[in-house]
Amino acid sequence: MTIYADNAATTKTSKKAIEAMLPYFDKIYGNPSSLHTVGQEAKEALTEARERIAKCLGAETNEIYFTSGGSEADNQAIVSAAVNGAKKDKKHIISTKFEHHAVLHTLKKLQKQGYEVTYLDVHENGIVTANEVKAAIKPETCLVTIMYANNEIGTIQPIAEIGKVCREAGVPFHTDAVQAVGHLHIDVKEQNIDMLSLSAHKFHGPKGVGALYVKKGIILSNIIEGGAQERGKRAGTENIPEIMGMAAALEDAIADLDKNSAYVKGLRDKLIEGLSKIPHAKINGDLEKRLPGNVNICFEGIEGESLLLLLDAHGICASSGSACTSGSLDPSHVLLSLGLPHEVAHGSLRLSLCEENTEEEIDVILEKVPEVVNYLRNMSPVWEDLESGKKAHII
Amino acid sequence: MLYSEKVMDHFKNPRNVGKMDDADGVGEVGNAKCGDIMKIYLKIEDGIIVDAKFNTFGCGSAIATSSMATEMIKGKKVEEALELTNKAVVEALDGLPPAKIHCSVLAEEAVKAAIKNYYDKNGIEYDKKMFCDGDCCHCHAHDDEE
Repeated sequence: MTIYADNAATTKTSKKAIEAMLPYFDKIYGNPSSLHTVGQEAKEALTEARERIAKCLGAETNEIYFTSGGSEADNQAIVSAAVNGAKKDKKHIISTKFEHHAVLHTLKKLQKQGYEVTYLDVHENGIVTANEVKAAIKPETCLVTIMYANNEIGTIQPIAEIGKVCREAGVPFHTDAVQAVGHLHIDVKEQNIDMLSLSAHKFHGPKGVGALYVKKGIILSNIIEGGAQERGKRAGTENIPEIMGMAAALEDAIADLDKNSAYVKGLRDKLIEGLSKIPHAKINGDLEKRLPGNVNICFEGIEGESLLLLLDAHGICASSGSACTSGSLDPSHVLLSLGLPHEVAHGSLRLSLCEENTEEEIDVILEKVPEVVNYLRNMSPVWEDLESGKKAHII
Repeated sequence: MLYSEKVMDHFKNPRNVGKMDDADGVGEVGNAKCGDIMKIYLKIEDGIIVDAKFNTFGCGSAIATSSMATEMIKGKKVEEALELTNKAVVEALDGLPPAKIHCSVLAEEAVKAAIKNYYDKNGIEYDKKMFCDGDCCHCHAHDDEE
């Protein structure tokens, strides 16, 4: 039996999304840029998908730009705001320490080009406040980019309040909402959002497709040059099948959002309650302002990759922010941004659930995780030092 | 798969796990900050390693290399065990991913640290340059994001 608890990494493509895609491979296969009937059929589908996706976000149809996914949308939003800012000699950007690398690496690149970036603290609970954003805004600030919900610890930021502060200061506000779209109610107008990135495969849509919402009036810069697609702002023949799959998946997610959210939250809280009983373990991030499916916990004295591999041997698919899983010697920047010491952050486990997970699966996870944690602690010299009192427990 | 079958076997069924209360040499290398610490215990009789045990905090390959390294030195003369290289451990495990080679270095150093401890305890002279200081972070600088 496989228990898939890594839905923050990616989700299974839903049957509805697959069915929505199929006609666009071999029936309505035209290029929307072609003037003939076959091409124009595809163009109609594309327009319809754009309308449907816009509606799901409370946006206008022509405010949606299709991209290859969340990373591209993040890159384009940030670079565009930077270019727009430079025209007015504004080269200061505000963000947080725990953004996704699609945002952080783009910002680092801009810093090398002379932009100044303020990385706000996210505190122990993994949440930045609107007041802190307000205090960081300067006359030369050209962008605030803050994620909607964190991909590792699931904490939800006060997006509407941050948007309000930015609107009042006249600073464009972008949010990487890759983990939030399809899981939380979003209305870009009500929440004062100027740009928003989303990715289809996080809500049971296909991989390799996403979108950027851009409020009317904000000028986009191209990341990909070439053709006149996406109103000249993103070249490349549109990925129609996947765009259709994304539209279907998003509508489906939003139609069932309240029902799924309540169910998944129930599973999540059962998991958090059970795992919290393991001694010297700590749930990371705010417990209330949290994505319905996210559990992130650190176990002192063990390392995350070995934990994942042993859970995998029991059929449980999870994720970790340990250095060994990040490919460097440092553990996840998200966990470090919460103020966790390296040695604790190495022992992290992320379980991310969706509505397809069952109570029985949670029971299996709650049986296996303590077993594996105990096994690894028994062979850990770090645990030995902690238990013998040679070193003090941190958590 | 990330790891070879042999690595997975030594990770899931590690040989020689545990503490040794009457060890003749104990070596601990690594740093919890870096995410791996290995502690190797040796029982030495007449210059021969008659038993070896380990405790490891670390990833799958850290546990597998500890397991393999202890297997490879059991029954060997101390001088022979000193010649154990990380490369030999990697080969015995049918290879490690490039990012995990440092685990094998740690295993080699843990064996050496345990032998150094044995030499120190017994007043046996040795060339200090043969041994590392036991802190992996000195050899592997943290990747400070640029």
